[in-house]
Amino acid sequence: MRITQGCFSYLPDLTDEQISRQVQYCLGQGWAVNIEFTDDPHPRNTFWEMWGLPMFDLRDAAGVMMELNECRKVYGDRYIRMSAFDSSHGWESIRLSFIVNRPADEPGFRLERHEAEGRNIRYTTKSYSVDRPEGVRYGGK
Amino acid sequence: MNSTVASSVAAQAPGDAQTPEHVDLRREFNEVGIGEVLDQLDRELIGLRPVKTRIREIASLLLIERIRKRMGLTAEVPTLHMSFTGNPGTGKTTVALRIASILHRLGFVRRGQVVSVTRDELVGQYIGHTAPKTKEILKKAMGGVLFIDEAYYLHRPDNERDYGQEAIEILLQVMESQREDLVVILAGYGDRMDKFFGSNPGFRSRIAHHIDFPDYDDHELMAIAELMLGDMNYKFSPDARAAFVRYITLRKTQPLFSNARSIRNALDRIRLRQANRLVADLDRVLSAEDIMSLEAADVLASRVFSKGSRSAERD
Repeated sequence: MRITQGCFSYLPDLTDEQISRQVQYCLGQGWAVNIEFTDDPHPRNTFWEMWGLPMFDLRDAAGVMMELNECRKVYGDRYIRMSAFDSSHGWESIRLSFIVNRPADEPGFRLERHEAEGRNIRYTTKSYSVDRPEGVRYGGK
Repeated sequence: MNSTVASSVAAQAPGDAQTPEHVDLRREFNEVGIGEVLDQLDRELIGLRPVKTRIREIASLLLIERIRKRMGLTAEVPTLHMSFTGNPGTGKTTVALRIASILHRLGFVRRGQVVSVTRDELVGQYIGHTAPKTKEILKKAMGGVLFIDEAYYLHRPDNERDYGQEAIEILLQVMESQREDLVVILAGYGDRMDKFFGSNPGFRSRIAHHIDFPDYDDHELMAIAELMLGDMNYKFSPDARAAFVRYITLRKTQPLFSNARSIRNALDRIRLRQANRLVADLDRVLSAEDIMSLEAADVLASRVFSKGSRSAERD
């Protein structure tokens, strides 16, 4: 199941040139771009691991693309996303984020039904991939 | 062969906007507006004849390269990395800023910012600190010009475990693989840069333009002084001017002379003495003329004129 989240979730995966243009937009707005990765793409897992530090004071997207390519070399079998942080007063928050890399094979989620008191049912979504230990979830050895 | 190609192109030329057959060079030149930058360079930088000639050459080459690219005659991005060598105060940093502006107008760098760094900002203090530091700077310079002042400090031949080597390797790699994203300018004193290139042949071969900055002669230094004073709305009185001509000749023979920088420092101290002289007489009513003009006494009070063996930089 192809996981979508963040900005552009309704679009097919962006090409590198499109990613670069979006990053350039973020830099033009004065936002700091971060690269984050994870192998647990549950929608409630908002804290992904960071690749390096947030990139403040950049002028051109080429610098971000250089880091993205480095990150892909190491974690190409995981989800990678870009997020743009707006440090201006009143925002101090992420303004935009989008997925830039995904594993070749995405097993998707299952719905678990928990029968509670009475005839109540509680639902949980679980990613198939997290059944395997961290680091070997998406074809990693 | 060429004529047949030309005629066949001409036959289909009217409908084909992609590869223009004729180029109006003057219009191209005016369009990018480098003439303006070059004129400004001529106006605001005194002397430096060989440097200006070289920059004009590079600008022309890039203009033609730009047209060739449009005509589909070239695929390679030209190597634009440069090295500036010359004595202190000969205008290396100033010219680097202008070069960035020329490259930006011609579209060879996308943003045109200049990131000026020295060894401190590239090399870390412990193992594993250097690479992220260097990359951070490189990322900031992407789309513009990275100016590395006193580049020879990156290489410490006496210490083979020095982290400078790591920074050099990262730089070389990016200079080669991301030529369209970044232009690197190395600057430093002539003899030490030669030694630096000698021990790092990788740098020499990756740098297309080596530009040597000559020292200024006395007339040029005087012209620089007057230009600086003009910018600050000061001027020499005729006596002070004569005194300053003597000052320049004397100062050049003393140690630690650094061309335009020494002139600027001297002017700063002369302004200091002028202010002191004016404040000494509080009852006087001053005209704008008084406040603007520097007198011979302000110049002559300099220690350069007293022939002691005192430190020349503190004159």
